[in-house]
Amino acid sequence: MSAVTTSEKTVDRPLPPRAPYILETRDLVRHFAADGSLFGDKAVVRAVDGVTLGVRRGETLSIVGESGCGKSTLARLLVRLIKPTSGGILYQGRDISALSEREMRALRRDLQFVFQDPFSSLNPRMTVGAIIEEPMRVHRIGTRAERRRRVRELLARVGLRPEFADRYPHEFSGGQRQRIGIARALASGPTVLIGDEPVSALDVSIQAQVINLLEDLKEEFDLTLILIAHDLAVIRHMSDRVAVMYLGEIVELADTDALYDRPHHPYTQALMRAIPVPSPHARDMVAELTGDVPSPLAPPSGCRFHTRCPHATELCAQKKPHLEASGDNRFVACHHWRSVADSAAGLSEEPARPANAAHRLALYRAWTKKQGQNPATQSPTDQAPTVPSEE
Amino acid sequence: MTDVLDNEANDLLPARSGNRAWKKLKHNRSALLGLILVSFFIVAALAAPILPIADPAATSWSAIRKAPSAAHWLGTDEIGRDILSRMIWGARASLMAGVVSVIVATIIGVPLGLLSGYFGGWIDQVISRITDALLATPFLILAIALAAFLGPNLTNAMIAIGLSAMPKFVRLTRGQVLSVKTEDYVEGARAVGLADFSIISRYILPNVFAPVLVQATLTVATAIIAEASLSFLGLGQQPPDPSWGSMLNVAKNFLTQAPWMAWWPGAAIFLVVLGFNLLGDGLRDALDPREG
Repeated sequence: MSAVTTSEKTVDRPLPPRAPYILETRDLVRHFAADGSLFGDKAVVRAVDGVTLGVRRGETLSIVGESGCGKSTLARLLVRLIKPTSGGILYQGRDISALSEREMRALRRDLQFVFQDPFSSLNPRMTVGAIIEEPMRVHRIGTRAERRRRVRELLARVGLRPEFADRYPHEFSGGQRQRIGIARALASGPTVLIGDEPVSALDVSIQAQVINLLEDLKEEFDLTLILIAHDLAVIRHMSDRVAVMYLGEIVELADTDALYDRPHHPYTQALMRAIPVPSPHARDMVAELTGDVPSPLAPPSGCRFHTRCPHATELCAQKKPHLEASGDNRFVACHHWRSVADSAAGLSEEPARPANAAHRLALYRAWTKKQGQNPATQSPTDQAPTVPSEE
Repeated sequence: MTDVLDNEANDLLPARSGNRAWKKLKHNRSALLGLILVSFFIVAALAAPILPIADPAATSWSAIRKAPSAAHWLGTDEIGRDILSRMIWGARASLMAGVVSVIVATIIGVPLGLLSGYFGGWIDQVISRITDALLATPFLILAIALAAFLGPNLTNAMIAIGLSAMPKFVRLTRGQVLSVKTEDYVEGARAVGLADFSIISRYILPNVFAPVLVQATLTVATAIIAEASLSFLGLGQQPPDPSWGSMLNVAKNFLTQAPWMAWWPGAAIFLVVLGFNLLGDGLRDALDPREG
C-alpha cells in the first residue's frame, strides 16, 4: 500500500475524536453445544470467548479474522440475533443482553443487519417493495402510502429503479440484491448498521460499488457501521478502527492506519503479509502463517495463537495474554508485542523500485497513454487480497 | 464511477417470466394427461345432477345384470340400476372423499409441522413422537380402525382417512421448515423485528407451500383408494348411495356372470388415481426451482 493512499485517507476522513460508545460488549461469551459422543461430556464450541469491545458513535469499525474465528457469531450477538452465553451487550448504555424477545423487537428499529449472501437473505415469495417496506410495517412507521413512497425513495437511493418494487428477488443479480438488502436495512431509520461480510459474495467489480454505496449512506443517514470482513483491502478502505479476531478472541484493536502501518500482534502481522503487494520486487515474501486454525472445540492453552506464532515462547503456552493498551488508542493481546511490533515496521510499505525498473515503467506509461489506454497499474485499493481462508 | 454504478444496478431485467411453473406443466405430457383425467372426473362428478342419466337408485326388475347396451351404456347391476349413472354419482363420493380427507390432513398436519419445525425443543419432541407412533401403524389399518370406531358413513370415512394421512404432512412440513429456517431471510425477518407468528405465516409457510401442494395432490390418489377400500369393506358410503368401492364389493359376487359390474368402477379408480399421480409428479417437477 503506497504512502499516497494513506495520506489521502487521513485528509478525507478525520477520525471522530473519541465519540462516546454507542454499542459495547463486556466480556461477551457465546458457546455452542456440539454433538458429543454418546457417553461423556458434550463438547463445547467456544465461538466467541470473552470479547470486550466498544463501538463509537459515527465510526466504522471492522472486525477481521479467518473463517471460523467467530466474527459472524459476534455480529449476530451485537444485534441479539442470538443470545450470549454470558457477558453484557450495552446499547446506548443499556444492557440488552437479557431483554426479552418482545422488548428486543422495539430496539431492532435501531440495530439493522446486512447479510453476506444476497441469494439467501431475501424472501423469494415477497416482492422487493414488500421486502423493503417490511421494517416500516413492523415498526408502524408512516401510513401505507408514505411507506410506499419511502420504498421508492430508498430504491432510488441505493441505485435501483423505483419501478423494481413490484419485482421478485430472483429477477435480480447478486449486486442488485445486496442493494435491496441495504435498502431494507435502512428503511426503519437505524443508528447502527452491521454488515456480515456484505460484499464478500459479490464479484470484485461489484464489491467496490457496494462499498462506496455503504460509505455514502453512512454519511447521509448518520450511521455507525460495523463491518465483518476478511478482505483486508476493503477494510482499510472503509474503516476507522479495526478489531482483529482469532479463535473467538480479539487479539488487536487499533485505528486503521496505525494497524496497517505497524501491526503489534504477530497474527495481525501475518495477515498483513498475506496481502499481495502489487510490486514484482516483493515476490520473495513468504507467507509465515502455516497450519490451520486450531479447533474452537479445544483451543490451545495460554495464548491461542502460540501454536502458529513464530515468536512464541514458553510463557505463551502457559499464560494467556490479556488485551492491554499498546499505544495511542490501541490494544493488543500479546506478551511480546514490544519486540514483535519492531519487527514489522513499514510492513505494508511498497518496496522502493530500483532506478532501472522505474525508468522502464515510466516509458511504458508514456506509451500506453499515447495508445489511449488506461495505465495498467491501478491504485492498490482496487485489488482484493484476502485473508487465507478455508473456504 | 457513477456511470458504472448506474449500469450495473439498472441493467434491464429479463422480461417477466410469467407463471414459470404453469409453463413447465404445460410442456409436460404426462402431467397434462393427468390433468385431463382428473378434470374429466371432476366435471362428470360436478355435472351429475344435470346430466340426462337415470336415477342411480332406481331399480328395475326387468333389467337385472344386463350387459352394456344402447339403453344402459355400461350395463346394469344386480338389482337393475344403471351402472353409468351410479358411476357418475359414485365419482362424487370418491373425489369428495379424496379431496376432503386431504384437506383434513393438511389443516391439521401443516400447522403441527410448522410448530414442530420452527420452535423445536419439547414441542418438537411431543409432536414428532406422536407422528412417529401414527406412522408406525399402516395407513389403511389405521383408517379402517378409525372409521370403524367413528361409525360407518362417508363423513366419518373422510375424517378417518384424513387423520391417517395427517402424519405424513406433519413430517413433510417439519422437514421443509427445518431447511427453510436456516435461510438468511428468516434470520433477516427476526433482525427486522418480526414476531414469531408473522415469521411463520409470511416467511416460512409460503416457502414450504410447494412441496406440501405436491404431497397433497399425490395423497388425493391414496385417499381415493382408501375410500374405495373402506366402502368395499362397508365402512364408507352406505347403500343405496353409490360409491366405486361399494360397487366393487357387490360386483365381486358376480365376476363370472356380470364382469362389467367390476370393470367400470375398477377402471375409474385406476384412471383417477393415475391422473392424480401424474399430476402430482408433474407439479413436483414444475415447482422445483432447481430445474430451468
